[in-house]
Amino acid sequence: MKIAVPIKFVPDLVEELTIDPSGTALDTTWLRLIINELDDHAVEQAILLKERSGGEVTVLSAEADGVDDFLFTAAAKGADRLIKLTGDFSAADNHALGRAFADVIKELQPDLILTGVQAHNDLDGSVGPLLAEYLGLPYVGYVAGIALDGNKVVARKEYAGGLVAEVEVKLPAVLGIQAAEQPPRYVAYSKIRQVMGTAKIEERPVSNLESSGGVVVGRLFQPEVAERATMLEGSPEDVADKLVGLFKELGTL
Amino acid sequence: MSQDIFVVIEHLRGQVADVSYAMLAGARQLSKASGGEVVAVLLGHNAQGLASNLAADRVLYVDHPALAEFTSDAYQIVLAGLIQEHAPRAVLFGHSSIGMDLASSLSARLGIPVVNSCRTFTDDGKFVSQICGGKIMAEGNLPSPALATMIPGGYKAEEGQSAQTPPLTAVSAPALDNLRVAVKQYIEPDTSDVDISKEKMLVSIGRGIQNKDNIELANELADALGCAVSASRPVVDQGWLPTTRLVGKSGKHVKPKIYLALGISGAPEHVEGMGESEVIVAVNTDPNAPIFNIAKYGTTIDMFDLLPVLIEKVKQAK
Ligand SMILES: Cc1cc2nc3c(=O)[nH]c(=O)nc-3n(C[C@H](O)[C@H](O)[C@H](O)COP(=O)(O)OP(=O)(O)OC[C@H]3O[C@@H](n4cnc5c(N)ncnc54)[C@H](O)[C@@H]3O)c2cc1C
Ligand SMILES: Nc1ncnc2c1ncn2[C@@H]1O[C@H](COP(=O)(O)O)[C@@H](O)[C@H]1O
Repeated sequence: MKIAVPIKFVPDLVEELTIDPSGTALDTTWLRLIINELDDHAVEQAILLKERSGGEVTVLSAEADGVDDFLFTAAAKGADRLIKLTGDFSAADNHALGRAFADVIKELQPDLILTGVQAHNDLDGSVGPLLAEYLGLPYVGYVAGIALDGNKVVARKEYAGGLVAEVEVKLPAVLGIQAAEQPPRYVAYSKIRQVMGTAKIEERPVSNLESSGGVVVGRLFQPEVAERATMLEGSPEDVADKLVGLFKELGTL
Repeated sequence: MSQDIFVVIEHLRGQVADVSYAMLAGARQLSKASGGEVVAVLLGHNAQGLASNLAADRVLYVDHPALAEFTSDAYQIVLAGLIQEHAPRAVLFGHSSIGMDLASSLSARLGIPVVNSCRTFTDDGKFVSQICGGKIMAEGNLPSPALATMIPGGYKAEEGQSAQTPPLTAVSAPALDNLRVAVKQYIEPDTSDVDISKEKMLVSIGRGIQNKDNIELANELADALGCAVSASRPVVDQGWLPTTRLVGKSGKHVKPKIYLALGISGAPEHVEGMGESEVIVAVNTDPNAPIFNIAKYGTTIDMFDLLPVLIEKVKQAK
C-alpha cells in the first residue's frame, strides 16, 4: 500500500490576523504558520494504515518558510519519503496547486491519497477533490477512520449530528481526512533532530502555477458585529460573583 | 448561459438538511441580481416528496436507484450533465459532507470557478465568505458562471421554506455504471450517554483546557451546577471526552439557556451547533476570539484562574 499525503501550512488563528494595505490579503509580516490541523490527522492516519498493513508513506508539501521542519517531523513519526514541490507559489490558487500536486503524485502511483478536508483560509475550492478530479480518481471527504479491504477501502464518512456512513471506495482514491482514528502522535524534538541528519527531502520543481483567475477577492475585513459581548471586568472573584448572579437570574442555579 | 440559480438540495435518510433551505434563501437574493429563477435540483430515489416545501420557482428531479443514498461519484455524474445542459448563472452547494464532495470536483471537471464558505450574497451579486475560523470575511464579485459552497448562519432555514409545492420536472438520469463509491451502511450516533441537546445549561470546553487532567475542573463545575460537560472538536479528537459530547457541525446542535464556553475560539463549525443558545458566556484569553462576537457576556480572565474560584462560589450559592 502506497500512501501520499500532501500537507499545507496555514496561519495560526491564535495570533492576531491583520489585513495588509491592499485590503485583499492577510498581512504576512507577523503571520505564524502552522500545519493545517487536519493534515496532522491525515499523516497520523497514513502511518496507522502502514503500521497495520505495511506500505510506504510519502509526505509532500509546497515550498514555504519552515516547511522542511514539518516534513522532518512527519519522517520522525514514520513517513518514508519526503517531497517538496519547488517553484513560485505566490500566485498559485488551489486549482493551480491541485494540478501541480497531481503531476507529482501521478509519478508515485499511490493507492491512496489522504488530504485534509479543508484549510481555514481558502476560497477557490479545496485541493483534495480538485486533485482527485485532475487524477481521474474518486473523492470522499469528511473521513474519520479507514479500513483496507483488498482493492478498496471502507471509509467512515461523517455527517452532521454524529451520523456515520460506511462508504466503500475503489482504489486508487483520494480521501479527505477529518480526523485520524487516534490523536496525532507526539514526537520528541530530539527524534526530529536525529531524522534531520538522515532523512532526505526530494525536490520537484513545478511550473504553471499561475492562478486560473477564477475567484478575485475585492476586500477582506473583520466581521461586522451587531453586538459584542458585554465584558465582565474585575478580579476572578468579581467575575465569579457576577457569573453566579447570572446563573441564579436565569434559573440554572 | 441562463440567469437561473441552481441549488443542490442536500438530504439524508428522508430528511432535507437545513442548509438546503438556507441556500434557497441565498439563491433568491442572487436571483434578484441575475433576474433568473431559483431552481432546486433534487437527486434521489422515490424522493420527490422532499420537494414539497422548497421555496424554489421550480424543481429538477432526477430519480435513479443509484441515487438512493448520497455518493460523490453518482452525484457528480448527474450534476455535471445537468449543469452542462442548463448552464445556470450559479450552482449552490452546502459547505458540508455532501456539498464539499461535489463542488470542487465539478469545478475541475467543468472548468467553472468555485467559491468556498459563502455566508451571504449581496443584492448586486457579490459573495461574502467567512474564513480563518470566523476571524476574517472576504468579499468579491461572484464569477459568472460560478459554483459556490455555503456555510450556515447567513440565512434562516424558514426563509427557504414555502407552504406551496413548487412545480417539478422529472429529468432522466444518465448511465450510472462503474461507480467507484458505494454506501455500505449507516452507523447511528451513540445514545447511551447524556443527551447534551436536552440540558438546560452546558459547561463546554475547548482546546484551552490543555490536557485530559484539567477536564476534572469542568466536571467539578458542571456537577456543582447540576448540568453536563460538552466540548469542541479538538477535545473529542484527543479522546478526552466521548463523541456524544461534541457540539457543532459534526456533533450535536444545542440550545441551552446558558452555554458557558471555556477556552473555545468560536470557529464557524462550532458556532453552527451552539449559536442559538439563549445566553452564551465566553471565557477566553484572546480578546479577538470570534466567540465574543456571539456571546452575551465574556471575560478574558484565564480559565485556570477563574474556575477554582467559580466552583467554590457555585457550591456556596446552592
Ligand atoms: C469539516 C469540519 C467539521 C468540524 N466540525 C466541528 C464540530 O462539530 N465542532 C467543533 O467544535 N469543531 C468542529 N470543527 C473544528 C473547528 O474548525 C475548530 O477547529 C474547532 O472548533 C476549534 O476548537 P476550539 O475552539 O476548542 O480550539 P481553538 O480554536 O484552538 O481555540 C482555543 C481557544 O482557547 C483559548 N484559550 C487558551 N487558553 C486559555 C485559557 N487558559 N483560558 C481561557 N481561554 C484560553 C484561546 O484563546 C483560543 O481562542 C470542524 C472542522 C471541520 C473542517
Ligand atoms: N500548499 C499545499 N501543500 C500541500 N498540500 C496542500 C496545499 N494546499 C492544500 N493542500 C492539501 O489539501 C488539503 C485541503 O486544503 P485546502 O484545499 O487549502 O482547503 C490540505 O489539508 C492538504 O492536504
